[in-house]
Amino acid sequence: MATLNDIKIKIGAVKKTRQITKAMNMVAAAKLRGAQMRMESFEPYATKFAEVLGNLASRIEPDIHPLLVKKEKISRVELLHFTSDKGLCGSFNSNLINRAEKWMNQEKDNGVDIGLTAVGKRGRDYFKKRGYDLIGSHINVYGSVDISFVNQISRGIIDRYLADEVDGVYMIYSRFISMGRQVPTLVKLLPIEPPVAEDEEASGADAEYLCEPDPEGLMIELLPKHINVQIYNAFLQNETSEHAARMAAMDNASRNCDDLVESLTLAYNKARQAAVTAELMDIVGGAAALKG
Amino acid sequence: MGKLHLEVVTPEKVMVSQEVDIVVAPGTMGEFGVLEGHVPFLSGIEPGELRFASGNQTERFLVTTGFSEVFDNKVSVLVDAAEKTTEIDLERARKAMERARERLAKDRGGEDIDFLRAEAALKRAMVRIRISEKIN
Repeated sequence: MATLNDIKIKIGAVKKTRQITKAMNMVAAAKLRGAQMRMESFEPYATKFAEVLGNLASRIEPDIHPLLVKKEKISRVELLHFTSDKGLCGSFNSNLINRAEKWMNQEKDNGVDIGLTAVGKRGRDYFKKRGYDLIGSHINVYGSVDISFVNQISRGIIDRYLADEVDGVYMIYSRFISMGRQVPTLVKLLPIEPPVAEDEEASGADAEYLCEPDPEGLMIELLPKHINVQIYNAFLQNETSEHAARMAAMDNASRNCDDLVESLTLAYNKARQAAVTAELMDIVGGAAALKG
Repeated sequence: MGKLHLEVVTPEKVMVSQEVDIVVAPGTMGEFGVLEGHVPFLSGIEPGELRFASGNQTERFLVTTGFSEVFDNKVSVLVDAAEKTTEIDLERARKAMERARERLAKDRGGEDIDFLRAEAALKRAMVRIRISEKIN
């Protein structure tokens, strides 16, 4: 049985741990607010963009742009995979990685090669260690992501696609649904599935638009931006999910620390009581022996 | 004169959302103006100056690339970035122009991405400088 002092040290250690997890919980909460705000302020842009794109798509030939055309033979695809840079966020990263591995195994069974672009240190380290084919990685970029950075990423992807280095591009990120729920999600980036025009009567999309340059020219400008919008959205969602996951994980950890401290304190008190009783017995026994 | 509703939206935030009398924007095929009752209209936006007036107040914004939609007396301008012309940092723009010029001089004529990027940066910087010199 542990001695009194051992238990005391252990209680101290657990309390220190709790301080850390509590602090991390609060930091995550603060960061979550920021990330959530960025996510919300992107919403109007994304919504409007989808509206206009859908509207345009309904009025042009679907094969005017190579980004819209399905390639006949698919031998290699690229996966843009999001994880976080830091750990201590519960099963956030392992969920994302599991999702990716499951999907990659499926693709490999179909004879498709996969190149990975890892965003986030956790994923990069994992895939690197296991010898996956890494095209590139982006580390420590969360929090400083802006549209021009996303532009660079998507330009790389589009270039590789047009140069036939890859025949399709997918991404996996964690979609933020609520504080308690973040779901790893697979999205096809390229070739672009022609956006489905909404109900024409409902949106009034049949109104004839004047276009400058022409609808085709506009579409060609908009398509790369469409990729941007999706990737930017993934960044924001993933970041928000990460902080939400960390908050939950740290909350759990703090609670576990509380439980641990409680049971350790109980053990400590018991041990102390036992020691006091033993000592008392000794004294009483000694006194009795002297009297006798 | 009737009113239009103007929205200038960037991925970071909604920059402008208000009633205006007229909007003048830098389209792909030249500057265009929008008044009340404009036909539905879609246009690309080039880096340049976006003006709008409400009453006798005129405001000017610097915008980068994007596009705009005019529909039912609503003008939506979606651009990568926008800033008030009075808030342009002239010094920074000048430096950016210098940098871009240097880079362009180094590998002249190349069709690679760096070249195109530097060219775009130069264009942006020049627009900034031109606009902010005009108002000061």
